[in-house]
Amino acid sequence: MDSQPLDFEKPILELQRRLQDLKNHSNEHELDFDSEVEAMENKIRETRREIYEHLTAWQRVQLARHIQRPFALDYIARCFTEWVELHGDRVFGDDKAMPSGLAKLGSHRCVVITHQKGRDTKENVKRNFGCAHPEGYRKALRLMRLAEKFGMPVISLIDTPGAFPGIGSEERHISEAIAVNLREMMNLRVPSIAVVIGEGGSGGALGIGVADRVLILENAYYSVISPEACSAILWKDRRHAPEAAEALKLTAQDLIGLGVVDEIVPEPEGGAHRDHDLATANLGTALRQNLERLIAQPIGELMQKRYEKFRKLGKFTEGDIAPEGAPLQETIHSREQTSDKSA
Amino acid sequence: MAIFKRPALKTQSRKKREMPQGLWQKCPGCSEVVHEIELAQNQRVCPRCDYHFAQSAKERIENLLDPESFVERDADLRSVDTLQFQGMATYKDRLLKYQNLTGLTDAVLSGHGMIEGYKVAIAVMDFSFLAATMGSVVGERITRTIEYGTANRCAIVIVSASGGARMYEGMLSLMQMAKTSGALARHACERLPYISVLTNPTTAGVMASFASLGDVIIAEPKSMIGFAGPRVIKETTHQDLPEGFQTAEFLEEHGLIDAIVHRKKMRAQISQFLSYFSSTS
Ligand SMILES: [Zn+2]
Repeated sequence: MDSQPLDFEKPILELQRRLQDLKNHSNEHELDFDSEVEAMENKIRETRREIYEHLTAWQRVQLARHIQRPFALDYIARCFTEWVELHGDRVFGDDKAMPSGLAKLGSHRCVVITHQKGRDTKENVKRNFGCAHPEGYRKALRLMRLAEKFGMPVISLIDTPGAFPGIGSEERHISEAIAVNLREMMNLRVPSIAVVIGEGGSGGALGIGVADRVLILENAYYSVISPEACSAILWKDRRHAPEAAEALKLTAQDLIGLGVVDEIVPEPEGGAHRDHDLATANLGTALRQNLERLIAQPIGELMQKRYEKFRKLGKFTEGDIAPEGAPLQETIHSREQTSDKSA
Repeated sequence: MAIFKRPALKTQSRKKREMPQGLWQKCPGCSEVVHEIELAQNQRVCPRCDYHFAQSAKERIENLLDPESFVERDADLRSVDTLQFQGMATYKDRLLKYQNLTGLTDAVLSGHGMIEGYKVAIAVMDFSFLAATMGSVVGERITRTIEYGTANRCAIVIVSASGGARMYEGMLSLMQMAKTSGALARHACERLPYISVLTNPTTAGVMASFASLGDVIIAEPKSMIGFAGPRVIKETTHQDLPEGFQTAEFLEEHGLIDAIVHRKKMRAQISQFLSYFSSTS
């Protein structure tokens, strides 16, 4: 077990403590507890499986935020080669919450755009907890243009609680920076992959998240609002965050169902933080497979599919008899014919 | 396709006027008491201090478009409680409450019409419906309005107001930002004009998508416009907010919008832009 267990992992921790006691006891008294040790080890394995196979949405949010989880630069170091960071939006500054640049994925030259969090106070001050300012999104746009000019695919690694809510952010127009990215990513004439590697916090995540393929790590989450903020609004109390997390349908599994993400990248048992090698290898494999498939397709086709994928997101009823919760896009008929059904 | 014409609108607003309650309002701008009739006759602008009161989407359409020219579209779209949201009240309850309260089916009215002879696809958001949050229906109506503009080679006018995303629809709500912005990308490729009008308040997801993508972006005076709410900013940064922070005037001063336009001059201003952008010479 690691140094930073989460609350729901305590039963495993307790069993591991008992196992250690048993081993110590066996050593001290030179007694044979082998069968007891084996039984305990089995119990630990079962308990782990039981816990990790039935993670609640809120538990996954905690895993997604785990301080030991691989961050964007960890993936860059392990999945990519020849990384060169490119700084600045050429207008105002360099957003350290979004280190971005050039890197090779196998033999493919790529532009990589990321959100980066810090593990300690010093790093978090530098990275602003992964909360980007307008400069970050404008740097991302500048690099997307670069990618387009030189025919390189764009890969975004998303890991942010959200765009930074601050005075400077507003003065330099964070809304516009995100909005322009949404429009331009839809029109980008190179293949693109976005991966939610940890936290996918609302507009700040989406601001680099419009792509041909949207991937999400098994325990990452992607949400319109943080469970805490949702709880504060709906229950007038932040303590209902676990219920809010459930209700928001923010887990990888939920999002596949909604069509918001295309693919889930598996994590090591217990979360990506337990085995950086395996976690980064999994993402590397997923990125390479997706990239190969994308570059095999004409860009015009990719752009059309990209548009259609986002175009069809949304659930509503339409027409005279709209049964509750029915799937609706399919029921769309010519709007010209369904006349005079005004409100 | 649903159509409503001016007379129907007038009847509706007259009905409202006869309501016994709220005949007099204290103006937040000058603290004077203003009569409802006075406001109704003045596009809901305070006759004394020019304070812009909230205006319904129907009234705005009536004021902006040529008489009898509005054709509503997509009126039969309805929000659904996809995520089965619970909380203190269910999403379904809230939808029903606001449908009854406002007479609207959702937070945006959309369709097409004419402004001084120029054909426009138009969508107008109404803050009185669930704080004009953007769910699937809002996103779909806006997107279809944009696509109508692209298909019919006409300008788009979107009058925005919004408290942001519609939490009850989870990520489907957030994705409306990508959907609407994507549709605008295609409209822009056809070199067709889009006039974005910001009203009080326009914030969060709507501001960070289609509202910020106009060829020209104009705002009503004193409108609150921003990404994050002022309370959130204060709590996050522990800083005092500058005077007039996130007002239309603040945005104009910082170079973020093209102009501030008085409500009574809005129609003429939009029409002038349309004449500039529609000219082929
Ligand atoms: Zn007044």
